[in-house]
Amino acid sequence: MSKYPSLLVAWALAIVIATPTLAGKKLGLGREATPQEVAAWDIDVRPDGLGLPKGKGTVAQGEEIFQAQCAVCHGEFGEGKDRWPAIAGGLGSLKNDRPDKTVGSFWPYPTIVFDYVRRAMPFGNAQSLSPDELYALTAYILFLNDVTKDPKLELNEGNLAKVKMPNAATFHDDDREKTEKSFWNKQPCMKDCKKTVEVLGRARVLDVTPESKTAPRVD
Amino acid sequence: MADLTDDRAIRRGRLTSRRHFLAAGAAGLVAAGSSSVDAQSAKKPIVANPKNQPPNVPDWSKVLGDGVAAHPYGKPSKYEAHVVRRDVEWLTASRESSVSFTPLHELDGIITPNGLCFERHHGGIAQINPLDHRLMINGLVDKPLLFTMDDIKRFPRVNRICFLECAANSGMEWRGAQLNGCQFTHGMVHNVMYTGVPLKLVLEEAGLKPNAKWLLLEGADSAGMTRSLPLEKALKDTLLAFKMNGEALREEQGYPLRVVVPGWEGNLWVKWLRRIKVGDQPWHTREETSKYTDLLADGRSRRFTYFMDAKSVVTNPSPQAPLRYKGANVLSGIAWSGRGTIQRVDVSLDGGRNWRTARIDGPVLEASLTRFYVEFDWNGQELMIQSRAMDSTGYVQPTRADLRKVRGVNSIYHNNGIQTWLVRANGETENVEVS
Repeated sequence: MSKYPSLLVAWALAIVIATPTLAGKKLGLGREATPQEVAAWDIDVRPDGLGLPKGKGTVAQGEEIFQAQCAVCHGEFGEGKDRWPAIAGGLGSLKNDRPDKTVGSFWPYPTIVFDYVRRAMPFGNAQSLSPDELYALTAYILFLNDVTKDPKLELNEGNLAKVKMPNAATFHDDDREKTEKSFWNKQPCMKDCKKTVEVLGRARVLDVTPESKTAPRVD
Repeated sequence: MADLTDDRAIRRGRLTSRRHFLAAGAAGLVAAGSSSVDAQSAKKPIVANPKNQPPNVPDWSKVLGDGVAAHPYGKPSKYEAHVVRRDVEWLTASRESSVSFTPLHELDGIITPNGLCFERHHGGIAQINPLDHRLMINGLVDKPLLFTMDDIKRFPRVNRICFLECAANSGMEWRGAQLNGCQFTHGMVHNVMYTGVPLKLVLEEAGLKPNAKWLLLEGADSAGMTRSLPLEKALKDTLLAFKMNGEALREEQGYPLRVVVPGWEGNLWVKWLRRIKVGDQPWHTREETSKYTDLLADGRSRRFTYFMDAKSVVTNPSPQAPLRYKGANVLSGIAWSGRGTIQRVDVSLDGGRNWRTARIDGPVLEASLTRFYVEFDWNGQELMIQSRAMDSTGYVQPTRADLRKVRGVNSIYHNNGIQTWLVRANGETENVEVS
């Protein structure tokens, strides 16, 4: 490494040190958002239910909405059409060679369905569903996944967050600094590190690179 | 020094044609196979013309060229039309929720030109009139605020060069070599100088409540992209950026306002930023539970895996940029780490048996791409090229096998394993997996 990098590091550190601070002084920029403005944009929902709007919807109502607005991509039973995502099935498959990550098999909290559908679905017509429709759809999607087996279930702002998801307990915070500690190896091998090197696999065998002649459509 | 091809056939960034003309070898050949479909670059093959070469005097030395402002916004030479972002059609169901890749093999230095920065959208590119754009701050603040873009630009400003890498970069390679080209295997990274304002200052303007611990960052696009960010990172070095490489953010990069989270996975860098909510715990949004979590072989999943670990790739030679000459050659590549600066890059030409330390040139900055070179002579022997980055925390880029031992093959995200390119006797270069 040349001498220049260290100079540049010093320069970078100087920049960090020079980051402006105002010592708590306010600049008086922006204006106060009105309660109406905040209410209209404040659409997020947390796993503990904070942010859920008033409303209610049943599995049956959700089925109607789902078949009309969602099944075209996600399939009649949430199995996923073409390459659009499956949202049901796959329970118990996470240790498989090809795991099937769906709402039921993978998502840890039921509120995520409500929050995500509310902000991003239907694809291309986002933020179009009412709270009642969102509760109904969430109920139906949980029913499709056998998270609830009750076809009469009605979800509302009081009971949605209480639904338990099968995979909730399997998430843990980043632990790379512990579980991958061996990668912090200051003295990697430089010479005669292995006896032989064999080619185990080649991209060309798969031939899925765009602009090659036979690229197949692969899921 | 043998010229394996001929300068008259200008490289077009395509795989099949190059294989053919490399095999042909003879001087004077136009790229054979150039009629094959190449949807994303120029249709006509570019050929050299001896009339423009010594001892002749070419036309461009005789006649007047275009005047100033013929192109009020300049663009690359027509001979560079093959230097473009490309996508992998089979990867996703729609282009609105998809990814295009940076042509790393065509770039040098450390800065990625704005028009070549890879794209990842979840609901297409929002087209926002900056006069209508508003940033809201609400939640655990003394006073919820609404900012115009002009308001944002009145905060004290900083400049910072950093890489943005999608957590899924190299995600297709977990089970072995799959895509032939560093554009596809590693092209979900770019490196840009951002101009923006420290998020800390914007938050202080609203006044944080004592129990504030997390932020929710929300985009104004039709995916309403949301991620939770620990307050500590927000106060440390997170920026709200409105310029990239000196000019306004490109629409596909979040115009008019995006978050810059140095060293952390790209998905956190919310584009088209419309709202920041302050809270006391993470939101566990869809993008940090269903996606951007790392499923391990035992069925458990890691979440909030923010840091992008040290990684590197040789960009030349690589499958889209094969070796063309015997004798003197320049091997080039990029290395980066979200945990600090790049301290050293080692390169192997024999599949990891022996290593030499590469020459780093250009700026070495924290959480930035770093450029390395190895000058070498090639006599036509088969090469298995690898690179291995080390960062300022002592982390050494692992082999793919070592990564799989810890994570299995279903993680999708954070694949920073060592890449191998196999160079054959004719210069053809292929993505391979080695023992």
